[in-house]
Amino acid sequence: MSQGQSSESKELQVLEITRTRANLLKYIREFFTHRGFWEVDTPILIPYPLPEAHIDPVKADGGYLHPSPELSMKRLLACGCSKIYQIARCFRAEESGALHLREFLMLEWYETEKDYWDMMEQTEALIKYVVQSLFNTKEIFYRGTKIDLKSPWPRLSFRETFLRTTGVTPEKAIEEDRFEELIVDYLEPSLPKDRPCFLVDYPSQVASLAKLKDPYTAERFELYIAGVEIANGFSELTDPYEQEQRFIKENQIRQRHGKDTFPIPKGFLSGLAEIKKAGGVAMGLDRLLAIITGKGEIALTQPITFNDLIH
Amino acid sequence: MYTASDLRKGLKIQIEQTPYVIVDFEFVKPGKGQALYKCKLKNLLTGALIDRTYRSGDTIQPAQIEERKMQYLYNTGDEYFFMDQETYEQIGVPKESLGDAVNFLIEGIVVDLLLHNQKPIGATLPNFVDLKVVKAEPWVKGDSVASDSKPVTLETGYQIKVPPFIQEGDLITVDTRTGQYVTRAK
Repeated sequence: MSQGQSSESKELQVLEITRTRANLLKYIREFFTHRGFWEVDTPILIPYPLPEAHIDPVKADGGYLHPSPELSMKRLLACGCSKIYQIARCFRAEESGALHLREFLMLEWYETEKDYWDMMEQTEALIKYVVQSLFNTKEIFYRGTKIDLKSPWPRLSFRETFLRTTGVTPEKAIEEDRFEELIVDYLEPSLPKDRPCFLVDYPSQVASLAKLKDPYTAERFELYIAGVEIANGFSELTDPYEQEQRFIKENQIRQRHGKDTFPIPKGFLSGLAEIKKAGGVAMGLDRLLAIITGKGEIALTQPITFNDLIH
Repeated sequence: MYTASDLRKGLKIQIEQTPYVIVDFEFVKPGKGQALYKCKLKNLLTGALIDRTYRSGDTIQPAQIEERKMQYLYNTGDEYFFMDQETYEQIGVPKESLGDAVNFLIEGIVVDLLLHNQKPIGATLPNFVDLKVVKAEPWVKGDSVASDSKPVTLETGYQIKVPPFIQEGDLITVDTRTGQYVTRAK
């Protein structure tokens, strides 16, 4: 592209990505409406976030901007809502990189009487529906590789995959504080490039809001496309006592890292007792767009950014 | 002292006794875990590249580098001479310590000279400098569409691609960080 065209092509890019985003939202709403979900909207400004070890919220006007709508949406489940979804701007302090934004668009949905296997099926169906509707295809191209979206997407055991690609167990890696590093350097690069896959059954230490399958394993999954994390889902932990213990542990980790701790959310915990069983998924939509459009960088999925508004 | 969240491309840090500059930077945060700040670092003394990963909570030493505002005077081919703007002291800097900066040094330009243990190790230039085109082929209208840029030589000897309308004797603005043409200067 010659330089004389750059401002015009910038406008074209903004137009194109704005249209794609509008369509993405339309098709997501179609998908959930068709399945009988309610779209909900809940406070973005909240008094405190849930205590989670490695999520740092942004302070605002006597409270915090929510890092995800999980807190509010589970309160709605506790009040008897059974199928809800939300598309919300979320905020996480200091998260900024090729695939991270401090402010990003999150899709989160919950359904009662479901577990994480059901949620994987929904996740798979949603992405196929959205890609089909947006681009009229069952394939996406990312960094020169064709990704085939044909079902079923493989479900790989997290523990086995971790052990096979890193040579150590996840527990050992967590103990030695090498867990994240080994995932980034060895596990993620080894994941299939030509189709999406789910990693399932995470170590209990890294799933503070998920139900346990056994004392060491949580009913949690992550969806990867092209080696990039796209969605995270659980069978939701609904035992208030167990959840309180997990929050205490999360706060202890925060304290060890010299971070603020957050109060144990009593109303949230008593609400959990009203939810018998539920599954939930959180999906970063900017990142999803970065992959399915082949753009690769999350910044390229943003029509207008913070920096654009400075001048 | 820096913390991990201060890390970004271009920051100068020190590991043991060696100053480094961050040349590549990646933020990752796999699966609800800790944030990792993966850096590619260039040794400011030798130019060698190394990888380092930091975590939130890590502290990092700023590079012990003195920056002095210096005016460029002249060069002898191997050595470039600068004058301190406050003390008028003159020092010579070996060409290889200046790297790509030599492409943009024109007489009288003021730079931040980097010194580590009193030894010059590099220079930070203004982001944009205006340089004169000393050699350019004339542009023939009707040239093929593919040639929407052409190479020219600047007064420092630096070769650069510019749009076809630029002529010998023109002054152009160059971005010293990327080495690329920005616009024709008045």
